Amino acid sequence: MTRKGKRLALISAALAVLAMAVGLVLFALRDNIVFFYSPAELAQKHVAPGTRLRIGGLVKEGTVVRGEDRNVSFTVTDRTADLDVTYKGLLPDLFREGQGVVVDGALAANGAFRADSVLAKHDERYMPRDVADALKKQGVWQGEKQ
Amino acid sequence: MIVETGHFALVLALALALAQAILPFAGARLRDVALMRVAQPVAVAQFLLVALAYGALTHAHVVSDFSLVNVIENSHSLKPMIYKISGVWGNHEGSMLLWVLVLSACGAAIALLSRAMPDLLRADTLAVQGLIGAAFLAFILLTSNPFARVADPPWQGRDLNPILQDPGLAIHPPLLYLGYVGFSTVFSFAAAALIGGRIDAAWARFVRPWTLAAWIFLTLGIAMGSYWAYYTLGWGGFWFWDPVENASLMPWLAGTALLHCAAVMEKREALKVWTIFLSILAFSLSLLGTFLVRSGVLTSVHAFASDPERGVFILAILVVFIGGALALFALRAGALPTGSLFAPISREGALVVNNLLLTTACATVVIGTLYPLALEALTGDKISVGAPFFNTVLIPIALPLVLLMPIGQMLAWKRGELIGALQRLRTAFAAGVVALAAFGALYGAPVLSIVSAGLAIYLVVGAFSDIAQRAALGNVLARLRGLPLSAWGTSVAHAGMGLSLLGLAAAGWGVEQIVAMKPGVAQDVGPYQIAIEDVASRAGPNYAETYAVMAVREGGETIARIEPAKRFYQARRMARTEAGIVTLGLGQVYAALGEQHADGTLDARLYYKPLVLLIWLGAMVMALGGGLSLADRRLRIGVAARARAAQPQPAE
Repeated sequence: MTRKGKRLALISAALAVLAMAVGLVLFALRDNIVFFYSPAELAQKHVAPGTRLRIGGLVKEGTVVRGEDRNVSFTVTDRTADLDVTYKGLLPDLFREGQGVVVDGALAANGAFRADSVLAKHDERYMPRDVADALKKQGVWQGEKQ
Repeated sequence: MIVETGHFALVLALALALAQAILPFAGARLRDVALMRVAQPVAVAQFLLVALAYGALTHAHVVSDFSLVNVIENSHSLKPMIYKISGVWGNHEGSMLLWVLVLSACGAAIALLSRAMPDLLRADTLAVQGLIGAAFLAFILLTSNPFARVADPPWQGRDLNPILQDPGLAIHPPLLYLGYVGFSTVFSFAAAALIGGRIDAAWARFVRPWTLAAWIFLTLGIAMGSYWAYYTLGWGGFWFWDPVENASLMPWLAGTALLHCAAVMEKREALKVWTIFLSILAFSLSLLGTFLVRSGVLTSVHAFASDPERGVFILAILVVFIGGALALFALRAGALPTGSLFAPISREGALVVNNLLLTTACATVVIGTLYPLALEALTGDKISVGAPFFNTVLIPIALPLVLLMPIGQMLAWKRGELIGALQRLRTAFAAGVVALAAFGALYGAPVLSIVSAGLAIYLVVGAFSDIAQRAALGNVLARLRGLPLSAWGTSVAHAGMGLSLLGLAAAGWGVEQIVAMKPGVAQDVGPYQIAIEDVASRAGPNYAETYAVMAVREGGETIARIEPAKRFYQARRMARTEAGIVTLGLGQVYAALGEQHADGTLDARLYYKPLVLLIWLGAMVMALGGGLSLADRRLRIGVAARARAAQPQPAE
């Protein structure tokens, strides 16, 4: 094969792989990304029930109710809007009232949020950045505890 | 005093790094050998000074010198000694100091191990290395000084983040940094080749051991990080597609591609420009990873306190080095001599396909990692791109790559024969099909696991088919001994990949249960039963823990006991789950505690994970393969130059 032919073959092979990759990426990005909202943002957005979402905020004091069979319900708040969350499973070690939390899941038909995973902050200095941003936006940010 | 000595040593190291960046470079342009050779002693001295600074910080941590901000914020007098020593890099400042220590060690190693290298190449390489060092030393001194003091030292420190208090902290970061930063050597070699305008097979031979060494450490570092996350986070997962994990995967993919195309360049002098490009890419992705992890744009356990000033500084370093290298590449790559020809069906051709697939995989990981950041910056929308995205994109790239790996090994250089190669892989194909059927019958769905497991066995058998067939040609032992170590290295590394794939495939057959356990009542987990025998409390050095003694039974007989625990660290008032794990064969039984209820029941996550150890053992086998290849006598540093001296090459 000539040098030119070889180069052409190489380039077309590269383009084929690239096209495949681009296709995969676009396909995956359409179906597999999850939007992050604070409860106040969610209230404005009218998201259809069943859409996967990630919600960040604080666990509202006095709302954690532990039911039978590891069912838990609590309210996530950004001090502007509240969102009721139900969850079945084990809560992370650092889950506490008044502290930052991020929940993954989807809205149920009744407007409550059904979480399938609950993430809490990593240590006392850490607040999920998304939560911090949301709190700053709502004007209730207390500043970093250092 | 020791602390100030360390701080002073760091400032001096910055001055030497600047000298190392300027003098040899000027010498190389002026063709002044004496000036060029300044690079070596300066590089070694720079390393010694950084090591002195590092030692001073370690000393402060070991003796709990609470007059240092860094020690106050990350240490505690009751902290066990191993975490006092490894806690030095368990924070932003210390980890950056380790970064620079490894960087200067790489520079010193080049200086000491490059006797056979042409003066010009060595001078330019060390100059680039010095420039990188100067940038990061300035970063530490200006934004992240680990030696900052307080006027009023407190009596006690705030302790290290409990999540980091684990033996994994002693192993994972140093290994990962040796890999990450190890690619700086290859970057410097590539920049030097572009500056000097000369690149040949000898260059590839000089670079080869550095690429291999960095790749080995990165492989081990990633595997160790994955195992640490697996046993410490209590979710039983080993890879979370967290941006920080991706930050280490990107240079690994680029480095793996580099390893393979450098082989083409070394053997056949082809793909030169591409090799240079990948050399730049691998370290650029390491820098990108450092930026993602250390600048605070991401929040994770790896991103310690965030500070916008630091982010901007690292971003500037990133732009200067990646931009500078790519600009140099754009200017000079066209002037590099083109390499030799090869047929599409050949070892070279196969390695080109390997590179295409690996760089594509790398690009998709880059997109998945940076897309959320870009989208947030542009539109303010916050999204997360997680496992579903990466699985959808990477599995269709990875599985064909695995299918092609043994075929590539079977093809001859320059011109190969596809039919012949496939025929020689008969045994491997047969083994794969048998494994497919066996795993399907034994474990069943999901289909992806069965297919991957079949491919994994095909890959392991296929990796050794070439060696086996060569050995079968005559006196087996003599033949096996006669094979070059690098051939063994390839086979062992490919087989390691197969083992890892088998472990990953088996994840689909695992059992996960979240249960409320009553003491004495056994719970089925896969083929085993788990029962709580006792729940008690005890005190550790800087924590108190509640632990459960659980018996793991098989057929009524207790075969092991595990002690999952919940620890409470007083200094930070923080709880942490300590999983109870027992290894049974290549699988593991894994238990993590949840809450304890008033009626005596205990929430727990119980997992049975068949073959899970193969994921990490496979990575270690891959690294072993790299080590074998590194040990190949024919390819040692210096041999190339001696060989060249013996038989002068024709002018290009």
